[in-house]
Amino acid sequence: MKIAIASGKGGTGKTTLSTNLSSYLAQSRQVVLADLDVEEPNSKLFLKGNLVFEKPCSKMIPQWDKEACTLCGKCEEVCRFNAIMKIGDEILVFPELCHSCYACSELCPTDSLPMVPRKIGELKHFRGDHFDFIEGRLDIGEEQAVPLIGQVIEYVDEKFSADTIKLFDAPPGTSCPVIEAARSSDFVILITESTPFGLNDLKLAVDTMRVLNRKFSVVINRYGIGDNGVEEYCDAEGICVIAKIPNDRRIAELYSKGELVYPKIQEFKIALEQIARFVGGLK
Amino acid sequence: MKIVFTVKKEGWDTQMDPRFGRTDTFAVYNEEDESLSFVSNADTETMEHGAGLQAAKKVLQLKADILITGNGPGNKALEILKKSKVAIYVGAGDMSVREAYDAYRAGRLPKFESKA
Repeated sequence: MKIAIASGKGGTGKTTLSTNLSSYLAQSRQVVLADLDVEEPNSKLFLKGNLVFEKPCSKMIPQWDKEACTLCGKCEEVCRFNAIMKIGDEILVFPELCHSCYACSELCPTDSLPMVPRKIGELKHFRGDHFDFIEGRLDIGEEQAVPLIGQVIEYVDEKFSADTIKLFDAPPGTSCPVIEAARSSDFVILITESTPFGLNDLKLAVDTMRVLNRKFSVVINRYGIGDNGVEEYCDAEGICVIAKIPNDRRIAELYSKGELVYPKIQEFKIALEQIARFVGGLK
Repeated sequence: MKIVFTVKKEGWDTQMDPRFGRTDTFAVYNEEDESLSFVSNADTETMEHGAGLQAAKKVLQLKADILITGNGPGNKALEILKKSKVAIYVGAGDMSVREAYDAYRAGRLPKFESKA
């Protein structure tokens, strides 16, 4: 069972829920948590564990072989991402922009653009007392998170059995990184806050999940601030609200110290129990 | 000297566009024959990535000696601009095109330095 914890808006509690839910579920189930927010992974700040494996991750990019090149410009013409350009009598490759689609390489009439690996980040596997934790971390300056997210998911699939609960701490937003994280998940928990901003971005996330044909439900965080817009929207759309986590300064204080919340805040634990029961009932 | 400006609209008295890659238009002033012409950069509007690179390529194709803009190009665009000898002046983002030209002539615009 693969469950992505996503949101439209950033800062609504993806990591708080991911880390606490992993720890809570691990009391009775085999759990692995993967931090797929590879541009700014932070789940590790809340978890203790020993590093058991690490590897560099790469993506494929074209490398210009100027000997055979006739400067026909086909590569530049077919690149949708402006990642390769003919400037004077040179072909310039911009590795950060390359989506590894191979179009330039495959369509080059003189085979002057062989694909070569370029390191874009790292994967780390930690083992804690109760559960395993995988982190993807994109190198600074790299722009393509998707290939790394894909490789972390692949690693999780290879190393853990199908009956393991696999939780994905997804990136925020609705663009390619979150789509990569959500599209291979069996279920998506959308966590939001009960404010107009939270509602606006929840709607975008819901639309995204519908396009991806994913099953999803909502958790409302910081419940009690803002307005009733999120509840009214979920009600009107027939979207299940699994739990409401109350707004509580003590939760923010624990978070700021890098501590798990549920062992200390009863109201949070009650919400977490509701979510755990829901997850336990998923087929 | 051929001078290229990043501008919001065509004309001498219109506002400069402080952006490089996603500037609306390039104004091209040829000091030799005192002609002013314009090249649209609107195609970068819909580009998710690499707008600066396409804009830089246009500046090269225009064979500009001088580029006058607001904030200056990013590092990847700069990599392309460096393939020519174009000198880049910045800080003209809030001026009209004419004011920017006068400021450049008077030596009041700073030369762009890469932050990389």
